[in-house]
Amino acid sequence: MKQYKHLLKPYIIWAAVLIVIPLILIALYAFTEEGNEVLTLSFTFDNFRKFAEATYVNVILKSFRLGLVTTVICLAAGYPLAFIISRSPERVQGLLILLVTIPEWINMLLRTYAWMNLLSDNGIINQLLGLLGIDPVTMMYTDFSVILGLVCNFMPFMVIPIYTSLSKMDHSLIEAAYDLGANRFQTFWKVIWKLSMPGVVNGIMMVFLLSISTFVIPKLLGGGQYMLIGNLIESQFISVGDWNFGAAISLILAVIILIFMHFMKKMDSQDD
Amino acid sequence: MKNKLIELVDLTKNFDDQQVLRGINLDIYENEFLTLLGPSGCGKTTTLRIIAGFEEPSSGQVLFNGIEISKLPPYKREVNTVFQKYALFPHLNVAENIAFGLNLKKMDKSVIAQKVERMLKMVGLSGFENRDVTLLSGGQQQRVAIARALVNEPKVLLLDEPLGALDAKIRKAMQVELKKIQREVGITFIYVTHDQEEALSMSDTVVVMNNGEIQQIGTPTDIYNEPENRFVASFIGESNIIEGTMIKDFLVEFDGNRFECVDKGFPENEPIEVVLRPEDLDIVSPEEAKITGTVRNITFKGVHYEILIETENRTYTVHTTDYAEVGRKVGLKLGPEDIHVMWKMGTY
Repeated sequence: MKQYKHLLKPYIIWAAVLIVIPLILIALYAFTEEGNEVLTLSFTFDNFRKFAEATYVNVILKSFRLGLVTTVICLAAGYPLAFIISRSPERVQGLLILLVTIPEWINMLLRTYAWMNLLSDNGIINQLLGLLGIDPVTMMYTDFSVILGLVCNFMPFMVIPIYTSLSKMDHSLIEAAYDLGANRFQTFWKVIWKLSMPGVVNGIMMVFLLSISTFVIPKLLGGGQYMLIGNLIESQFISVGDWNFGAAISLILAVIILIFMHFMKKMDSQDD
Repeated sequence: MKNKLIELVDLTKNFDDQQVLRGINLDIYENEFLTLLGPSGCGKTTTLRIIAGFEEPSSGQVLFNGIEISKLPPYKREVNTVFQKYALFPHLNVAENIAFGLNLKKMDKSVIAQKVERMLKMVGLSGFENRDVTLLSGGQQQRVAIARALVNEPKVLLLDEPLGALDAKIRKAMQVELKKIQREVGITFIYVTHDQEEALSMSDTVVVMNNGEIQQIGTPTDIYNEPENRFVASFIGESNIIEGTMIKDFLVEFDGNRFECVDKGFPENEPIEVVLRPEDLDIVSPEEAKITGTVRNITFKGVHYEILIETENRTYTVHTTDYAEVGRKVGLKLGPEDIHVMWKMGTY
């Protein structure tokens, strides 16, 4: 291994330039006042204090609620899907996994625009409903449309890790459970579910993290008034121009995510 | 008389268009140590899996105490399995693994703890309750797997090549131990292996299988001494197999000589095959024997020498503790009880 050590150097430089330095800059912005000159920094906690206002706290609560709902739906729909795929004949498995991942090959913006077309007041779904004599339903710019967009975008990130942990599970463990007197239901809860926990935890982490930090999907499917933490950060940097406050929110989000990941990891290792 | 516990009646099994079992008929008795022995792909594991309930036979019946069970799921059968790679639950410790079946029966916690302790003692792992099963050695995992199956007090324990993954020394020790455990718990063991020595040393009954068919059922001594056909003779131990003719009861002819033998019941002048075990052949001076030849090769095997003797018709393999130098003219002496006559393959 030692002779390969120098091959690491480009990656270390890469990581330093593109990850560590920006992180330091964000921290620097978060703890300083607006309008600083490069050499005269004045440190402050004002940016964090500002975040404690009800409006902003509500944004973060809403983000978490939405992230939670998205994750729960992805898990509830993705686990059975992953389970069915892992129990299919091997050749079919590859095909089904391909079908799950194919949407990810298409640009996320395009997919989201497609949903806008489907969901809008005079979109395809409402036109079909009209043919059946049902009044148009408002779907765009609601929690429904945003959650739908998030679920559809992030579903593969739930399905793939769960599928991986299910498919590499030793089948004789399942037979052993049957053999020892467990029926299908008991075998699932006492063996299959427990052994697929690493995949479930990974899936939850991925989907939750992606959905609380996203800003494109809520912006397009939720409309301009739909404020999630990702949109808030974006607007601070792009439209409001308060980089210091934007950096502070980013930092808060990062800390919350780290705490969340810590707990998930703990849960995972307890199950082992 | 022992009670019949399991009856397999005309069992067949097809996987896609491949026939793995071609009509298995077998009676298994209480307290019996029965071994299904055969080369890989002979259908022994499939037979075991049908008894366990993991496979459904394509046709035929599985009777358990006279009741047809071939459609019954595994969790409703009074049998437990020890899997080839143990299949211990990695998320549970030793005690939790053993208690798995008891917990499902909603047994009292203190009763479960007691039973687990007793099992661990029996398999020699007292004090291992809280160990992580993934950190145990192969032999220890094996013992946990046996304890996990036996704690449910099944009527039959199925073992699918349970010693296959262990190294030779531990395997020998486990063979003795398994036999001891079987006597101790007094239930039927059905054991699958491709190792003939394992089968002969542990079993009450050996079932030799090949190509999805039973070749012979018998005690280890029967199987070894009176193989029914060429397959059994060559699969179990080494042997010289010679085509010949059964002249009449107690008289057989091969390689132009007639020999007295102990076999009877064949039609007169029936073409048969004779099995001569290498250790039954004695090397004598050429004048004393009907078969004569030249020593072609001698190999030291530890306990005995393996000597190849070339005769007019064939080369014989002889196992003996006597030394004979290459090139020497020798005779081969056989007594009537050294000759085992069997039906030719495909004629029975």
